[in-house]
Amino acid sequence: MSHDHSLNPETMPHNPEKATLEGKNKFLGLWFFLGGETVLFASLFGTYLALKNSTAGGPSSEELFGLELVFIMTMLLLTSSLTSVYAMYHMKNNDFKKMQLWLGITGLLGLAFLSLEIYEFYHYIHEYGFTFRSSAFGSAFYTLVGFHGGHVLFGLCWLTAIMVRNAKRGLNLYNAPKFNTFSLYWHFIDVVWVFIFTVVYLMGKVG
Amino acid sequence: MSIATQNKGFAAVLWDYLTTVDHKKIGKLYLYAGGLFFLLGGLEAMIIRIQLIEPENDFITAGLYNEMITMHGTTMIFLAAMPLLLGLMNAIMPLQIGARDVAFPFLNSLGFWMFLFGGIMLNVSWFTGGAPDAGWTAYSPLSTTSPGHGVDYYIMGLQLSGAGTLMGGINFLVTIVNMRAPGMTYMRMPLFTWTTFVISVLILFAFPALTVGLFLLMFDRMFGAAFFDVALGGNSIIWQHIFWIFGHPEVYILVLPAFGIFSDIFSTFSKKRLFGYTAMVFATVLIAFLGFMVWAHHMFTVGMGPVANSIFAIATMAIAVPTGIKIFNWLLTLWGGQITINSAMLWALGFIPTFTLGGMTGVMVAASVADYQYHDTYFVVAHFHYVIVGGVVFGILAGCHYWWPKIFGRILHEGMGKLTFWTFFIGFHLTFFIQHFLGLMGMPRRYWVFLEDQGLDTGNFISTIGAFFMAFGVIVFLINAIYTAIKGEKAPADPWGGRTLEWAIASPPPYYNFKQLPLVRGLDPLWIEKVEGKGKMTPAEPLGDVHMPNGSFIPFVMSLGFFIASFGFIYHATHDVAYLFLFGGMAIGLGSMLVRSLKDDHGYHITKEELEREAD
Repeated sequence: MSHDHSLNPETMPHNPEKATLEGKNKFLGLWFFLGGETVLFASLFGTYLALKNSTAGGPSSEELFGLELVFIMTMLLLTSSLTSVYAMYHMKNNDFKKMQLWLGITGLLGLAFLSLEIYEFYHYIHEYGFTFRSSAFGSAFYTLVGFHGGHVLFGLCWLTAIMVRNAKRGLNLYNAPKFNTFSLYWHFIDVVWVFIFTVVYLMGKVG
Repeated sequence: MSIATQNKGFAAVLWDYLTTVDHKKIGKLYLYAGGLFFLLGGLEAMIIRIQLIEPENDFITAGLYNEMITMHGTTMIFLAAMPLLLGLMNAIMPLQIGARDVAFPFLNSLGFWMFLFGGIMLNVSWFTGGAPDAGWTAYSPLSTTSPGHGVDYYIMGLQLSGAGTLMGGINFLVTIVNMRAPGMTYMRMPLFTWTTFVISVLILFAFPALTVGLFLLMFDRMFGAAFFDVALGGNSIIWQHIFWIFGHPEVYILVLPAFGIFSDIFSTFSKKRLFGYTAMVFATVLIAFLGFMVWAHHMFTVGMGPVANSIFAIATMAIAVPTGIKIFNWLLTLWGGQITINSAMLWALGFIPTFTLGGMTGVMVAASVADYQYHDTYFVVAHFHYVIVGGVVFGILAGCHYWWPKIFGRILHEGMGKLTFWTFFIGFHLTFFIQHFLGLMGMPRRYWVFLEDQGLDTGNFISTIGAFFMAFGVIVFLINAIYTAIKGEKAPADPWGGRTLEWAIASPPPYYNFKQLPLVRGLDPLWIEKVEGKGKMTPAEPLGDVHMPNGSFIPFVMSLGFFIASFGFIYHATHDVAYLFLFGGMAIGLGSMLVRSLKDDHGYHITKEELEREAD
């Protein structure tokens, strides 16, 4: 390949993810994208706050939510953010194997989070008959939390794709920005969850 | 000869445009598609005006009239004005900052195809049982209860084209931040580039709100959610808030680039540096900032209460200040300048009084108490056509006349350009000035007919005659474009005595834009070199290999996939076969994303030797 950017410890730049113009562009582009995503979630939060008491006679948030499960989910997702930081640390030290390991752990934690979320939704639907269609509160809840869950799912697919694709060829200046942008995206999902935990679950339990 | 201008067969040209990632070609595609939708939207406007030429007319039915007003507004805003501006930005902005392409050429192409398929989606509705008919604002519960699938097409069409626009916005932002030529600091960027930058920020923060609004509407209509269903605790005012949180910044997304175009034109044809450049930049940023703070002035009569109404009224009036700064700066750029009046300049000169009138009525409707009288009357229709046609359409036409030589390599015919201007300008004021008074006399907007002898007959008749003048002007422009393509005068690199970087390279530019990136030594970089007797830019780098992106067919396929899936979403509740479309389309769309992600694409290099062979 004429443009082989494979890295070795002697020639490796300090920040491989931003060493090329393409890398810089991807880094900045993803930040801007996250700015747009912020407005997306802000609109969903606004809608949820406006409709959270519109239960139409169905169960209210106090009756539905159990903080134990949500606490475990929060811990899983926050930890996955930490492990993705470790992965990026190893990327900057050109330690591909360790990066893949920590990314793998990140993915497993995300998967565990997603499984618990699916269980949670299943629980609400079967135990309480609380569905997407039962009230405006139901629509707003499943849409806000579901959009976040959808983002987690997309992130997991993304992570799997780049991990498998690059498994054999190691780190280079072409794929380092891809890992880095994933990590940024993953942090963002985490931050959104912190707001969901506060606004939906904590405020729903005590508000 | 450069490779781009060699003669090729039709199929080869078509394939080239389907796979291109070159910002100049994508700019042209935006102009072609936007122009086509502009004609469609204009046709719809003519049908509306013919229906209203006399009292109790029955030219079209009431239902079809609702579809016409909805599609006229939606088409003109999303499918004509936006893409035409995006086309000019794509074609010109990278040249103005001395870049070889945009930051994400692939994304640029994807944005275009998403927009085009979204536009086609909207217009397919005409043939499948009726176009959307809930107004371009699609207020619930009108939109949630509208029978048939018209509004569903509105939702999916705008979702597709909105995604495309968002990509374009992010792309422009990164391009301007990361890819300016050496010496091109922020405060040396031409105003058109500045406004492109600022509206990209607006796109970034406004369009996701539309995305959410459309999702909520989609969930209500197609999946039985209850966001706007009052019986299940829903609230239809949420739609209005979300729509206008997007919708108000949207009008600045449209008008600020036009301001940028006028600034460049005034400065070029007055042979003067733009007066108050710094103030112009800050006024642009201030308008953008305030543009996010005023959405509820569209909702004064909803019943938000006097406190909310007052706050939004004052914020709205505040926008008149930076806008006024701009008007005075343009006037002072003209003051004492060596003025050339040609078609581009005529549009710019016509814009100032027209837009000022629209701004004045803007302050009138911003007075929340008085707005109870104006709301939903033809006064508002007159107001927003004065700002949108007088600002945006005049701006697009000015920009077309100004940059046509750079984009297409030929100069538009001056005589026909002037004829277009005068007929369109006179026709515009005939059509819309009288509508202020129709509105003040109480004629409501969106009504299919009006009664005889209520003092509305003459005004409506004059308005319709004006519309025919405008249509004539547009037809002359079309003839001009075709004539120019065949027999037009070939353009030199710098036909207008230009000041900015796009005039420093050939018309049309070679596919790699700048052989060597130029060194920028100040505001109006080409003008500086001219004044100092050199006449051309100093290269900032030695001649070397140029890295270029590969073309790709994936953006087209990806957009096609989501287009197909949209039909699945619309019909899944009533037709089982629709699931095939839904899952098949999503598989094509997401599969294309995966292919794009997994397949390495390093681009290619134009070697130094090849560049040396090309003529200057």
